[in-house]
Amino acid sequence: MPISSEDGTGSEPVAPDTGPEAQFLAHLRAGRLMLQRDPETGRTVFPPRLRAPGTGAPLTHWAPVSGRGTIHAFTVEHRRPPAAPEALVLVDLDEGGRVLSRIPGADPDGLTIGAAVRARIVVPDEGTPHIVFDPDPSA
Amino acid sequence: MTAAGAFPRGRTAFAGAATFGIGECPGYTALEMAAQAGYLALDDAGLTVADVDALFVCLPDDFLSGLALAEYYGIRPAFTDNNRTGGSSFLCHAISAALALDAGLCDVALVTYGSNQRTASGGLISALRSSAVEAPHRPMMPVAGYALAAMRHMHLYGTSRGDLAAVALAANAWAQLNPEAFGRAPLTEAAYFAARMVSTPLGVKDCCLVTDGAAAVVMTRLDRARDLAKPPIALLGGAAEVTHKEIAAMPDLTVTAAARSGARAYAHAGVVPGDIDVVQLYDAFTINTILFLEDLGFCAKGEGGAFVSSGAIAPGGSLPVNTNGGGLSCVHPGMYGLFTMVEAIRQLRGEAGARQVPGAELALCHGNGGVLSSQATLVLGTSATV
Repeated sequence: MPISSEDGTGSEPVAPDTGPEAQFLAHLRAGRLMLQRDPETGRTVFPPRLRAPGTGAPLTHWAPVSGRGTIHAFTVEHRRPPAAPEALVLVDLDEGGRVLSRIPGADPDGLTIGAAVRARIVVPDEGTPHIVFDPDPSA
Repeated sequence: MTAAGAFPRGRTAFAGAATFGIGECPGYTALEMAAQAGYLALDDAGLTVADVDALFVCLPDDFLSGLALAEYYGIRPAFTDNNRTGGSSFLCHAISAALALDAGLCDVALVTYGSNQRTASGGLISALRSSAVEAPHRPMMPVAGYALAAMRHMHLYGTSRGDLAAVALAANAWAQLNPEAFGRAPLTEAAYFAARMVSTPLGVKDCCLVTDGAAAVVMTRLDRARDLAKPPIALLGGAAEVTHKEIAAMPDLTVTAAARSGARAYAHAGVVPGDIDVVQLYDAFTINTILFLEDLGFCAKGEGGAFVSSGAIAPGGSLPVNTNGGGLSCVHPGMYGLFTMVEAIRQLRGEAGARQVPGAELALCHGNGGVLSSQATLVLGTSATV
């Protein structure tokens, strides 16, 4: 599912009576990757918080983010066969925030730290909505 | 930052220490193992449970274990601490115990832990629970968290799997000198590299053991400890710091909070890294030893790989590290932190047999919890250092 970047009304909470985690997940379910911005740093915050980590400054604004990022670190997990080795990545989002995620389908041996990736929203039939990443050859 | 004088340097001491059931201890519950380690540590000090008025415990399978152990012993502790900062909990317990003893809130503090997770469950019982943003990815925690830090360290500093192997081989070489160690079977470099990969760059031999085991220490004020059965080992400094819970939130994957907990503990003790005779680091994975040696000032950031590959931390090296064999080769019953303290006490008493560091006067213990999340450092010394 593509990430909506045309939604300019991101400050409208989609689940106004819930905490920020539920609001973030509601945005994901609606196909939007929305994060809060820390007004003091101008950077987005991940995961969502009631107030800015470290300062307690207010976080009132939900804004769409590009989903673009770079691989900060990765590891290839080897579960017992027949499970295939699978990469686990830490991605630094361009707008701010570090995400633990996966790069489904990517050759684990082809990953490099610093490589560009782009987020893709996954809304499973059962379970929690989340984001995974794909290699971003356009970057 | 806290002043050096804020910590009761040398005013409290370890009067007793014991281990129980290291390796496999079938037929005992975790509570029984922790209780037995406590009894043995009190025996070691020449005290009984009737003397204990402060209890510090956190068992893997019982969030209310502070209550359970008080009932088990049939005592009514005036001070109970169930701190659960993962494997660093017990070093945090010692810091709190020192403050409570020095303030006169209690007179005899018992810190104890036990787990039967090897024989009871056959696998590591982890207290880690993933958040809503981590859980859908089913990461292999905790190993994957440490693997990510190791990959980053390799990327920035050229650290190699050969360096990680040097940590594993040093721990195993020390374990071969420790009759109590579970992982005494000799490890070769070829066997290290042939072992199954778990989470790159960490293979099976980069991961701690999964064993049963229990440990306990008894603390009193130094003046009382001087009248007890064994030579007192003073607590000269102790400090802790938490940076995160999940690995994605670690401020810098290659710099742990040990850099700050260690600096404060050294300041409390009035010592510098070069003064330390023997070092006990929580080596849940081989990368831990490298990160903590750097963060605790035994070598510069980024030079930990070369430092361990030089042979410095192995028997005969310039800095004896994890002389019992560590979590990698001695014992790892889910949480290892308390074993760093028991081994430091044994080294400072001169009780360590074939692995004894001659003339050791100052020891550093370092505990780690979560995925490099919580760090706690203690500096221990003989009476001569007080």
